[in-house]
Amino acid sequence: MPYKLVCGLEVHAELKTKSKMFCSCKNDPFGAEKPNIHTCPVCLGMPGALPVANRQAIEWTIKLGLALNCKINLFSKFDRKNYFYPDLPKGYQISQYDIPFCYDGYLETKEGRIGIHRIHLEEDTAKLSHQEIDLDGDNKLEKTTLIDFNRSSVPLVEIVTEPDIVSATQAKEYGQKLRQIMRYLDIANCDMEKGGMRLEANISLRREGKNELPDYKVECKNINSFKFLESAINYEIARQTEILQNGSKPVQETRGYNSSTGKTFSQRTKEDAADYRYFPDPDLPPIEFTAEEIEKIRATLPELPEVKTTRFVKTYSINEKLAKELTINKQKSEFFEEILKIAQKENLDCQKLINNLLNKKIAFTLTDKPEEVLKKFKENSNSESIDREELQTAINKVLDHHQDAVAKYQAGKTAVIGFLLGQIMRELNKKLDVALVKKELIALLKKN
Amino acid sequence: MKLNELTLKESIDALDKKEVTLEEIYSDLDTAYQKKNKELNIYLSVDTDALKKAKENQDKPLRGLPIAVKDNFCTKGLPTTASSKVLDGFLPQYESTVTKRLKANGGVIYGKTNMDAWAHGSSTETSDYGRTLNPRNPKHLPGGSSGGSAAAIAADLAIAAIGSETAGSIRQPAAWCGAVGLKPTYGRVSRFGVVAMASSTDSPGPITKTVEDACILLNTFAGPDEKDGTSNQEKAPDFTNFLGQSIKGMKIGVIYQDVKEITETNQKLLQELNILKEMGAQVEIAKAMDPHQAIGVYTVVQRAEVSSNLARYDGIRYGHDRSKFGNEGKRRIMLGTFTLTKGYADRYYNLAQKVRTLYLNNFKELFKKYDVLVSPTSPSFAKEVGASASSPMFGELEDMLLEASSIVGLPGAGVPFYRDEKTNLYLGANFIAPMWREDLVIKVADAFEKNSKWNSWRNK
Repeated sequence: MPYKLVCGLEVHAELKTKSKMFCSCKNDPFGAEKPNIHTCPVCLGMPGALPVANRQAIEWTIKLGLALNCKINLFSKFDRKNYFYPDLPKGYQISQYDIPFCYDGYLETKEGRIGIHRIHLEEDTAKLSHQEIDLDGDNKLEKTTLIDFNRSSVPLVEIVTEPDIVSATQAKEYGQKLRQIMRYLDIANCDMEKGGMRLEANISLRREGKNELPDYKVECKNINSFKFLESAINYEIARQTEILQNGSKPVQETRGYNSSTGKTFSQRTKEDAADYRYFPDPDLPPIEFTAEEIEKIRATLPELPEVKTTRFVKTYSINEKLAKELTINKQKSEFFEEILKIAQKENLDCQKLINNLLNKKIAFTLTDKPEEVLKKFKENSNSESIDREELQTAINKVLDHHQDAVAKYQAGKTAVIGFLLGQIMRELNKKLDVALVKKELIALLKKN
Repeated sequence: MKLNELTLKESIDALDKKEVTLEEIYSDLDTAYQKKNKELNIYLSVDTDALKKAKENQDKPLRGLPIAVKDNFCTKGLPTTASSKVLDGFLPQYESTVTKRLKANGGVIYGKTNMDAWAHGSSTETSDYGRTLNPRNPKHLPGGSSGGSAAAIAADLAIAAIGSETAGSIRQPAAWCGAVGLKPTYGRVSRFGVVAMASSTDSPGPITKTVEDACILLNTFAGPDEKDGTSNQEKAPDFTNFLGQSIKGMKIGVIYQDVKEITETNQKLLQELNILKEMGAQVEIAKAMDPHQAIGVYTVVQRAEVSSNLARYDGIRYGHDRSKFGNEGKRRIMLGTFTLTKGYADRYYNLAQKVRTLYLNNFKELFKKYDVLVSPTSPSFAKEVGASASSPMFGELEDMLLEASSIVGLPGAGVPFYRDEKTNLYLGANFIAPMWREDLVIKVADAFEKNSKWNSWRNK
């Protein structure tokens, strides 16, 4: 292909703080029984109502920034982004303009590092729903738009990448990793179907070998799954390639994604960048942190999935694929680690144990006690546990008695392993996991 | 003497000594209201249950006494319009922090007073409900934007009143009506529930008959509020502690003596300030940064904030649609939108913020030398009815002497320093001090008021 993808992502995620961003209303737009029940003068934009910033949301944003290797602005502020839309009760959105809380970070993917340009905090808008209702009682349905302010002023982080993404699969991996990290930090549910996490991709192409950014970009919105993200990018690559190959330039525009056709479609062309008339919100004093306060937040960071995976591989001698699956979310990783800790002490085969659990050979739930799960495993594999030292002592004893067999093994006749295993099993007189004994035997043979 | 003419302090004392009853006070007030309100157009709405509420509150600090409240304070169950037809008939479901505290301290809202629509102006002529007239001389304007509250005091249609100021809206109408206006430090009083004008300078405060009354009233509502992120975290002092204090040795700088347009007013003030010298204060002329530049700074910053603050009045959730905005409102929205627009923001809004810092630094320097600064509140006497119509910058020019200190948040107290025999109109002096130093302005303003002959309630 003569063209290469240039892509950046903007991800919005609703933080799951107890209260909303600028008022004390409950932050529960998806759990609310009825529309407009979690509202007050502030999130309804009533006269004289004033915003007060949610400290928790600010600290969580910084925590996310630290998890994504960002630098933190010790002095920051909120700005007003002025525009009219019926879902925006104040006529402006409180956001951050030139001094976001976090900037200049990165996230590693298989296809390379993706720079994080900035992370800022803002408030979500209300939710519009376009319906047909009999408004005036004439038994005819009229088209109308209803507004639900339960979502109004819910804290929303926006994570903006550099245009570093080179493939649709990388975009998908980035999105999945980002969601995983936010869930690990326990700051967002990232429910994509409900709109708790929303993706926008800026997509353009440049000629292979060129380094400068293209002079146009296409913004794809309304993408509510990673699969769709991948498909939208691939569709755009094909579409834009064709236009470029015909010697034209793709139009700078906003496009939507239709998940049933797998195609993107033009929504509106961007003539000029909208002028939001940003200015510092005079209702909210600037926010200042000391370096010590930032370090305190850093100290609350949990072990992140990547680090945890590596540690699982090293500590429990399981392969990376399994380790990744165990660390897919925090709760799961903590459950399995409790089991692994005991299994390791009892010198069980961790790899086999996890395989059995993941293949559902052993039935369990994440609320089971680790001891119970292990008991089932042992019964299932019909083997008794043995102390590693005891096992090694027995193996060494057998090897001492059968120096000739050892010599044969060292001469390349690996078939003697079967004989030695039999001797060891007889020596110990226990129902042992043969694979485990074999592994230990080979290790000792190699030392011999 | 009618009981509605009592000061707040006198009313409290008379009630405590059982010399008068709440019924008698309200009766005299109701009579005066019937007689004067139609002509002067001071109240937009009154609470017909006021006396009943008063009697339920007679044991509290304000004894159930009737207070006039500017119509931009949200009051649960009482219409709140900010004198704009956009909010015609709007009944808030919540209470502003100021009125909530006022009520908790036994103040009763007698009624809501007229103002310039959205507080845009210094005349009360931009009200969508008709202009208010100056009770001292009804051919003249009361000033604004808290013109209704100042007129309520001058006409004795309330025992005390509450207004709000961004740059002059308490002190200028108080000066024109011969009353006392106290603008607290920005952040001293919560803005929650006050229809926002310019959020970075809006300061609610008292308009009263005496400095003492202003302190009693301010005590009831000043202090931190968790609903206002810009309110000061520190507890407010008891402002009455600063009354009746010696001002001996205090250094008072007289500023703006070099402003040509106000030579006559300046001369009169300088002469009156001899009272302070006699009390042992040092009074000398001080050179401050030219106030004319502050007009531009204030205009740009305030219009920018206004254009954003008024965006919520779209008629979707409450109120009426945008066609109800008056000309002054539309002018300010357009100018503010323009100054924030890309390409112009640096020339206007951002530049204005830089000049704001220059004023801040200038006052810092001045306060190294002086405890308090003083100047006339307004360039001259109350203008005649109709004066604002031909001048879109009417308010800014009338508030010229207050804008510099307001945009940097300083507290100020305005007291009458002269009365013209022929017109019965007043001039006011404005004392300012560093942030959070209301104590200093109160000390000097109180001393001046008690030792001069210009306060009409102290010199009946």
